[in-house]
Amino acid sequence: MSDAVAHLDAHGEAHAHHPALQHHFSTMQQQKEAGTLGMWVFLLTEVLFFGGMFMAYTLYRVWYFDAFAEASRTLDITLGGFNTAVLIGSSLTMAFAVRSAQVNEKGAIVRWLILTILLGGVFLGVKAVEYEHKFVEHHVPGPTFVWEEAGAAGAEMEASEESHSSSAAAIAEAGGVEAHNALLQGRTQLFFSLYFLMTGLHAIHMIVGIGLLSVIGWMAHKGKFDAQYYAPVEMAGLYWHFVDIVWIFLFPLLYLVERHG
Amino acid sequence: MDATRELPSLTYLNNGHGLKSWLLTKDHKRIAILYLISISVMFFLGGLFAVGIRLELTTPAGDLVSSDTYNKFFTMHGVIMVFFFLIPSIPAVLGNFLIPPMIGAKDLAFPRINLLSWYIYVVGAIFTLFAMVAGGVDTGWTFYTPYSAAASNTNVIPTALGVFISGFSSILTGLNFIVTIHRMRAPGMTWFRLPLFVWAHYATSLIQVLGTPVVAITILMVFVERALGFGIFDPTRGGDPVLFQHLFWFYSHPAVYIMILPAMGVISEVLSTFSRKTIFGYSFVAFSSLAIAVFGFIVWAHHMFVAGISVYAAMVFSFLSFSVAIPSAVKTFNWAATLYKGSISFEAPMLYVYGFIGLFLVGGLTGLFLATLGIDIHVHDTYFVVAHFHYIMVGGAIMGYLGGLHFWWPKMFGRMYSEFFSRIAAILVFVGFNLTFFPQFILGYMGMPRRYHAYVDEFQVLNVMSSAGAAVLGVGYLLPVIYLVWSLKKGEIVGPNPWAASGLEWQIASPPPTENFAVTPIVTHEPYEYTPHVAGEKHVV
Repeated sequence: MSDAVAHLDAHGEAHAHHPALQHHFSTMQQQKEAGTLGMWVFLLTEVLFFGGMFMAYTLYRVWYFDAFAEASRTLDITLGGFNTAVLIGSSLTMAFAVRSAQVNEKGAIVRWLILTILLGGVFLGVKAVEYEHKFVEHHVPGPTFVWEEAGAAGAEMEASEESHSSSAAAIAEAGGVEAHNALLQGRTQLFFSLYFLMTGLHAIHMIVGIGLLSVIGWMAHKGKFDAQYYAPVEMAGLYWHFVDIVWIFLFPLLYLVERHG
Repeated sequence: MDATRELPSLTYLNNGHGLKSWLLTKDHKRIAILYLISISVMFFLGGLFAVGIRLELTTPAGDLVSSDTYNKFFTMHGVIMVFFFLIPSIPAVLGNFLIPPMIGAKDLAFPRINLLSWYIYVVGAIFTLFAMVAGGVDTGWTFYTPYSAAASNTNVIPTALGVFISGFSSILTGLNFIVTIHRMRAPGMTWFRLPLFVWAHYATSLIQVLGTPVVAITILMVFVERALGFGIFDPTRGGDPVLFQHLFWFYSHPAVYIMILPAMGVISEVLSTFSRKTIFGYSFVAFSSLAIAVFGFIVWAHHMFVAGISVYAAMVFSFLSFSVAIPSAVKTFNWAATLYKGSISFEAPMLYVYGFIGLFLVGGLTGLFLATLGIDIHVHDTYFVVAHFHYIMVGGAIMGYLGGLHFWWPKMFGRMYSEFFSRIAAILVFVGFNLTFFPQFILGYMGMPRRYHAYVDEFQVLNVMSSAGAAVLGVGYLLPVIYLVWSLKKGEIVGPNPWAASGLEWQIASPPPTENFAVTPIVTHEPYEYTPHVAGEKHVV
């Protein structure tokens, strides 16, 4: 069997090794391809990780559409829309950072990364403000959850509807209304449970991303990257774009369930 | 063999000394040894709970432990064995050690991530062990809601976190294997020259990276429901516990294939070596691994035939479950055809292979019983199911693991264990296993439900047989610990290729040097090129 294995002579070893080439890869090309494939496989697992929540969301949205629509209307569409723009903007600055790495402009990498981190920070800040609103409104699922004190607009609308309807019918349906409210109390909690879980996990991914970009930025500042070796910038970019894309799905699903009417 | 053999002077084992050189290693072979030690510890912990279960069930009355304690016993047994032994077993130990040398690579693609996966595994195990010490958990390894989310007053949270964390270890191992197999093959090592062990691990890795994140998020949803009062599966708020079951089994059924596929990979390697023949139908065996991985993802609801899913869904899932039998049978028939007219021998690894084929056959065929709607409703949640999945997970996966461990042990450590005792152990495991679990088929068919610590008097004889078998099985598992550890110092030094096997991993020294290959090999031959009836440099005691 010994002839099954011929041996490679020093071909390919003649070039000076790039300092970033790890010992178990033969070429920078191989190292980069491995890293890229690894990142894509990782993002695939992320898709399935979020996928479980999207599955739960889809099921309950189909079952309890009205409750989801009502709960969704209490979210702040202005802040949510603003954040969407911020995050898309940060994807742009991230893309510029990768571009700068490709053309070997070291200073520009750091500047674009800092801008990306800042935009990520703005997103998280706005998200914190939104969370705070939800706390104040008792829209955090659990024992303190109260649906009756929903957004002022919703409460007013309900009140005006009740005053319009004839008093006799309203009294007749009082029991029904109570039961209906109890159902809403539960189903809107389902919505907010998913809202906090999905946006919360998204925010954790943002925080991880900011940490990642900080490290990459520091490495760029130290001059670790050149035209041959900038894979970490590119991989961090892929991750950042993925987190961005998750939000592109979350925003319409959570904020725009039924905004008209 | 000549007695003058010596171990190679520089190996992965003596390249660096001290605890730190092990805990900070990036060498896939050392990480495999770290995994070997940790999963062995977990295996014996999980085994202790099995001892408790079998002791309790020797008498019909629930007289040894309370029903609450018994619930904790089978839960901890299941959690530890499934998540901390079976899932990492072959991939993290044998796959980790062997995939790079099998494909002519110096290491896995991401050595640091490989080490990270071991640390994540350890952290997950610590959470679970903490739950155990703090009083245990009683939800069953399946964590069904609403019991796990609201009713159980045991340590669900640390256990769930432990399982959640250990999942990432599994994901990272799978990710590493996929990239390594795609990008690190030596020149000439084409896809169809890969050992079937590597194909099996490729299919396994696909399940690990696609399935595990789903159970991770599912467990996280139970966690937020229990710890933070969120409601996602809570029926009082309109949530659906059946959704939990769907999401849980979407991973946990394919997880069975995470356990069995690598074992099938081991079988192909060992079987061809000890029948001195090329695997019959190489490409069919290779693709059947992928087919099992794919089919495995679309059969999960057969765990839920009585959970209130629609009769049409049940019929579709029943049909799909039957279809898994096709790639499984492809493998079994090809193995049988490989043995046909082979130069068959009976070394310890091969005994495990024969055992595997027999036990997998029984486990697989009873799987068809369970995929049949009518029979499933009769035997659902009985010992028939317990027997079935132990035939697959213990009879299949552990037989494969032990067979592989014996087969590659001289590669890993350069020394041979006692041939006599290893054969005795293999026979004990086979006999003990059948004595333990075959009576459970009958018990289940007669109607003994699982997960109770007491039963009616009529079932005692079969239960005592089962407990006696467990004792034999226990001896069969303890014996290898003794002679394998003994072999580390005292075993005969056998050189690089004691079995005269054909794989690339046998061309390098035993134990291998840290970098596996001094120069990258160029592969020019097909896999499993054995010449029948020509004894090679075969190990003789």
